[in-house]
Amino acid sequence: MLPRRFADWFGSRGWQIRSHQSALIEHAARGESVLLVAPTGGGKTLAGFLPSLIDLANLPARRRSALHTLYISPLKALAVDVQRNLEAPISEMGLAIKAETRTGDTSVSKRQRQRHSPPDILLTTPEQLGLLLSNPGAALMFASLKTVVLDELHAMYNSKRGDLLALGLSRLQTLAPGHRRVGLSATVADPAALQRYLMPQPMQGEARSALVLGQAGAKPKIEISASDEYVPWSGHLARHAMGDIMEAIRTAKTALVFVNTRAQAELTFQALWRVNSDNLPIALHHGSLAPAQRRKVEAAMTRGDLRAVVCTSTLDLGIDWGAVDKVICVGAPKGAARLVQRIGRANHRLDEPSLALLVPSNRFEVLECNAARDAVMAGELDGERLKHGSLDVLAQHILCLSCSKPFDASALFSEVRSASPYVHITRDDFDKVLDFVATGGYALKRYDRYAKLRKTPEGLWRLAHPRLAQQYRLNAGVIIEDPMIEIRLQAKGRPTGVGGRVLGQMEEYFIEQLTSGDTFVFSGNVLRFEGIREDGAYVSRTQEAEAQVPSYNGGQFPLSTFLAQRVREMVSKPETWDLLPDPVGEWLRIQELRSVIPKPGQLLVETFPRGAKSYLVCYPFEGRLAHQTLGMLITRRLERLRLRPIGFVANEYALAVWGLRDMGNVDMAELFAEDMLGDDLDAWLAESALYKRTFRNCAIISGLIERRSVGREKTGRQVTFSSDLIYDVLREHEPDHILLRATYEDAGTGLLDIARLTDMLKRVRNRIVTRQLDRVSPLAVPALLEISKEMVAGEANEDILHEVEASLIEEAMRVD
Amino acid sequence: MSIDNYQMQAEVNGERLVLDCAGAAWWPAERTLVFSDIHFEKGSSLARFGALIPPYDTRTALKRMGALIARYAPSRVIALGDSFHDRDAANRLDGFERATLASFVNGTNWVWIEGNHDPQPPTWLGGRVTAEIAIGGLVFRHEPAAIPQAGEIAGHLHPCATVTLRGHSLRRRCFASDGTRMVMPAFGAYAGGLGVDDPVISSLFAQDFAAYMLGGRRVYAVPARGTPRFVGVAAAR
Repeated sequence: MLPRRFADWFGSRGWQIRSHQSALIEHAARGESVLLVAPTGGGKTLAGFLPSLIDLANLPARRRSALHTLYISPLKALAVDVQRNLEAPISEMGLAIKAETRTGDTSVSKRQRQRHSPPDILLTTPEQLGLLLSNPGAALMFASLKTVVLDELHAMYNSKRGDLLALGLSRLQTLAPGHRRVGLSATVADPAALQRYLMPQPMQGEARSALVLGQAGAKPKIEISASDEYVPWSGHLARHAMGDIMEAIRTAKTALVFVNTRAQAELTFQALWRVNSDNLPIALHHGSLAPAQRRKVEAAMTRGDLRAVVCTSTLDLGIDWGAVDKVICVGAPKGAARLVQRIGRANHRLDEPSLALLVPSNRFEVLECNAARDAVMAGELDGERLKHGSLDVLAQHILCLSCSKPFDASALFSEVRSASPYVHITRDDFDKVLDFVATGGYALKRYDRYAKLRKTPEGLWRLAHPRLAQQYRLNAGVIIEDPMIEIRLQAKGRPTGVGGRVLGQMEEYFIEQLTSGDTFVFSGNVLRFEGIREDGAYVSRTQEAEAQVPSYNGGQFPLSTFLAQRVREMVSKPETWDLLPDPVGEWLRIQELRSVIPKPGQLLVETFPRGAKSYLVCYPFEGRLAHQTLGMLITRRLERLRLRPIGFVANEYALAVWGLRDMGNVDMAELFAEDMLGDDLDAWLAESALYKRTFRNCAIISGLIERRSVGREKTGRQVTFSSDLIYDVLREHEPDHILLRATYEDAGTGLLDIARLTDMLKRVRNRIVTRQLDRVSPLAVPALLEISKEMVAGEANEDILHEVEASLIEEAMRVD
Repeated sequence: MSIDNYQMQAEVNGERLVLDCAGAAWWPAERTLVFSDIHFEKGSSLARFGALIPPYDTRTALKRMGALIARYAPSRVIALGDSFHDRDAANRLDGFERATLASFVNGTNWVWIEGNHDPQPPTWLGGRVTAEIAIGGLVFRHEPAAIPQAGEIAGHLHPCATVTLRGHSLRRRCFASDGTRMVMPAFGAYAGGLGVDDPVISSLFAQDFAAYMLGGRRVYAVPARGTPRFVGVAAAR
């Protein structure tokens, strides 16, 4: 099977070809697409490329200047790293094969050259594939394509990037009908979804690629740091455990310290350095740091200069650092698959177990860590809810293709619905999206003369103006970040607004709430905010050890449904409590005594007075996002019942609502009835800031508004044309517009997690257990402790105006 | 008619004005209703450059204007400039919009103030066109004058204010006034905004001036100097 030259090369390295590697060669020989599921460290990437290298080695070099293999990775850095790794077999076997990367960093001249005279192997990202397909020469460039390799497919397939990539693949299928696809993936609960993703879907039934399973690695060794003396009631910073973490770093060669948010990364980094008496080289890495700084950390890591890096999900994926031998996860793991992924970053040798330390930062997280460890050891993973292809992404794709050449709507419809995320799309919806791209798709036909797409006499759709292609290229892609503002370090003794080194970027909404003199943590330092100028937010260094303004904005990933289920089960089984640290076991036992421990299918709702207020606390364990949405809807209902709710707070496990009147006599079955997802939801969406943010993302991806015109403008930062204004007008006049539908579908799984809330309400129907207590229950304490700390992220309503006014009046009228 | 208790009242140069949360000012003594920066057809203006945003902004503005006119039954209406987003905007109104606007204009003593977006507002819709108009203690013009003039009611700047509470900020359009002069909020559905802390706005006023922020059912007054911050005060309530 393996050509002589290749067998010799394996031999010279002292390697044996692995069974999954030869399996991939066999599938390639039969021209079959295939999904390879294997843990890191198994030579997975090489397996993906071997068939291409063998094929190319057999072709006479002079006859080629044609693209043979396209490799797509979710990370630019990974594409660059893989290209570097490919150079070894190519040069050591003396193969005349050209492998090149194409990313946002590739020079214009090189990109042009690649279009006209492509390398044999091109390594790139989903966004770049979109841009390539928008070129008039795309048909020529991809006609010779034989193989597409999709790396880290598990991280892409079920997202908007996955939709974009799937649509790109459907176009490649038209341009190069004979090509085959290789998917490389970490272990997933449902490989069938990925197998479908790899194949063009037929009109009837479904097509799946072949599946090859790599050899499973050794089971990891997972420890959970927990003390029998003290486990915090709430919080996310694990301050109590910094000594343990430091000790774990000290006993490792190189450790990755994963946290869930940027703010946690900053604070953990600071806290570690406070106890780093040996001055071990510990660095910080997260997505908001200036790219140059991140590159510096990565380079130091590659050289082996660092003992630990505190990082966020930015390092979940990416290039392999052989030296990492321990992974420390601070805070909740959120999901079993995420935990496996992170643990897999340590020790890339299959036969040795990876070492991991989980550091829960509060009691609920102790439960979550135990549940996650049990799941990982049992080899069970979270299933993912499969999303349908997003309509805003389809709009972008249609514009992309029209930049390349005129298209026939019916042919494009067939092509689009062959992509697995879009198999459900109806012709009617497709036409609506097409109409949206062409003229906005409004019932009031006002924009025919400004149309972006027009019909040719032959009935094909063509781009109305070349300027639009330029606009598309500047705005392509589906990753929309919060509007960011640059953080500039003001030089000592110089006025605000002059010069200033860029430290990185932060969300505009965070900066906007600061006033000059406030301190906050960024880039590992406590910084003093000086003011906003046209080119960014200016800060200076300060000697203060603690920042005044916390920048915690919750986790990005909600607790997975699968893990939530396991946590609920663990809580409901008193016989397992002995395995938990003493304070946690005691906490649950007193809860059982004073209130009740809900059974796995039940929803416990407690009410009790405290101070002058009345509380209602429930424990759905469905993640913060779903709880926030539930909180919004429940308070609306309580308001209607004239119970005068004042506020609520949601965490991953519970929702607490408080008000001025006792809520103990409310009919909970009615309060939690599924019909809240009708009018109440609708009324709330009309004003929800989270929903408007979702709309903004859809508006940008679909090309309705431009990315660049959304943030700052030259005339001053505040002069922005807000997508909120568009939202209000569109909702008022055309509530069923295709873009509002795209927004609603996003909200189902995104920031509002409506889908999960729906499932929960269905699950607990007739299974609500209520307790009217005379005081706060043990289980309710963590939620109540969070009340003063954080309210719902991004949601502010007019109550703020009331409160501000009331506080002014109170201040003015007080006679003391 | 009775005026809702919730209406915020403000005095400018001794004249009492009612600030409506829909973004218009009502001057009861003169039965005069003032709109500023309506920017009719801003949507279609942007559409010309490829941003096909919903073409309903004119209708939204007309609907709100109609409701205010019905509520206050003014004998005079002043459109304080930038009523049309560009010189061609009036020609892009459709029949329904034209008829609606004409019925407003012809139903009352209508004054178009010239703005920088519409230096020559269309006269074929009716109403009179002028650069500025002085009535009683007030003078109405589009751009605030460089030399402060008591009683000036102007637009042009689209003031907005932000309040912050417990880490949440809320930004709304507002009237800005120190009791001597006032800048009106933009009325147009797609009009952007400028923070009252921007020197362009704050330099117009004496040391203390107020932002009258537009809420859903009423107007709220907050001090406008600096960014108002009320972190934590609510906990004491």
